[in-house]
Amino acid sequence: MMNKITLSLAVSLGLGFVSSVYAETTEEKVQRLEAELNALADTVEKESSSASTPSRTKLGGYGELHYNNIDGADAKIDFHRFILFIGHEFNETIRFFSEFELEHSIAGDGENGAVELEQAYIEMDLNAKHAAKAGLFLMPVGIINETHEPPVFYGVERNPLEKNIIPATWWEAGMTLSGQLSNAGVSYDAALTSGLAVDATDVNIRSGRQKVSKATAENLALTGRLKYTGMPGVELAGTVSVQDDITQASGDGVNGAVLTEVHAIVNKSRFGAIAQYAAWDIDIDTAAIQNKDKQDGYLLEGSFKVTPKLGLFARHVGWSNTAGTDKEQQNIGVSFWPHENVVLKADIQQQNVAAGDGDGFNLGVGYHF
Amino acid sequence: MLVRINYIFSNSKLLLLIVGSVLILFFAVFSVQGRAETYKTNDAFLNENFANNVPTVKVVWIRDALKEQVDAILAHPYAKLRVKYWLSGDKSAWILEEIGKEQPITTGIIIQNNKIEKIEILAFRESRGWEVKYPFFLKQFIQSGLKADHRLDKNIDGITGATLSVRAVTKLSRMALLLHKYQAEKS
Repeated sequence: MMNKITLSLAVSLGLGFVSSVYAETTEEKVQRLEAELNALADTVEKESSSASTPSRTKLGGYGELHYNNIDGADAKIDFHRFILFIGHEFNETIRFFSEFELEHSIAGDGENGAVELEQAYIEMDLNAKHAAKAGLFLMPVGIINETHEPPVFYGVERNPLEKNIIPATWWEAGMTLSGQLSNAGVSYDAALTSGLAVDATDVNIRSGRQKVSKATAENLALTGRLKYTGMPGVELAGTVSVQDDITQASGDGVNGAVLTEVHAIVNKSRFGAIAQYAAWDIDIDTAAIQNKDKQDGYLLEGSFKVTPKLGLFARHVGWSNTAGTDKEQQNIGVSFWPHENVVLKADIQQQNVAAGDGDGFNLGVGYHF
Repeated sequence: MLVRINYIFSNSKLLLLIVGSVLILFFAVFSVQGRAETYKTNDAFLNENFANNVPTVKVVWIRDALKEQVDAILAHPYAKLRVKYWLSGDKSAWILEEIGKEQPITTGIIIQNNKIEKIEILAFRESRGWEVKYPFFLKQFIQSGLKADHRLDKNIDGITGATLSVRAVTKLSRMALLLHKYQAEKS
């Protein structure tokens, strides 16, 4: 009996000794809990990250609602553009991108609007600096033809130079090679695409867009662009597009055409400035429409950011689609960004008589995501 | 020969066929390479900035008022619970990620005396906005601090056509400055 008691005491003392040797100090306990907490957070973050891994199929969009109050016409309110972007990454190097647009809210017979496919292409990376595109895409020309989400440009309506000369929004089908030429910020695009098919009786460039809808592809367009973005806030770019017959029909007196576009954008500190020039040179044999052989225009814009959320701008655009008819439009206005992807706009517009004498004001709200 | 070349260039459909075939060949040869580029590993960045004597990693928990401030800088909720950092004296290193348009841009930032001492793009995976990785853009951030409203105290000129990448890198620089200040005040 005595031996059992002695043994029990010895074991108890021994255990007590061992437990006092291995008892955690407060510091050790904190370290252990910290390690356990971090391990737990690692697991939670890993699971949350795998749950929230962006899908390979992406949805985006933009839209803009306009109110136009212009002399000589009824005031109009119009949901001008509602766009959905749908993209899909097949793998790291091959992706699909599309832009689906509803213009003016309602499309159909007798309605004002249209449903349009503005982009639908496959892009493949060739290496880290060069990529190729095949499909239907926006032509690499101008400033707003490719990038025209409302928060990124001043003014409620898009400017008349890109609309009437380039003619934005201009998309075609074909192939493009693009990439970086150096580490100094020089990039290129080279596109072989379907082309315009203008009417030989009026040589209206904008109406010549076939929108890749059973488009005549007898005469293709070859387009090249060089762009320099090697200094913060500076972009210098030039595009040349050549089409060997802009009517896509021989013997009608209207032949080849060349579009040249150059622009400079400078955004330094709170100040911004844009200068742009675009011109079509069209080979026309028919005397009656010789005055359409040069269609060109220019744009000058200055802007100032009062705060990161509030900007002011002034813009002057001059353009001509017919020799001797020089159109001009001025806008001054304000943009307010309550969020970086949401904008409220207001501007006052003035046109000369040749441009339609449309003086008045415009209001707009736009977004993209 | 010259006549044939002239024929090819005067016949745009034939040109399309030739260019299309060349492109397909290009894809076949080069398409195994991706655009995603890692310029520097995280370890290389840390070793370079701590002279091969990288301090033990620490973490700052993103919660309460700090989370609100981080979320405000990013203009969306921050997805993680913590941010890892490395601290030696008053010099801290942060490796942060933010999505530009579609893919995360990994950025290494060194802060000392509450100013950005160095900023580097460690990995860029977007198909546009690549200009942000070059020194001509990043050098604007050097010696930037954080104002009371959590904006940088130096102006950063953007890059036309790279707005989203510029935004992402600028947000990360502000976040690193905020977190550096937070950990310094906390300790």
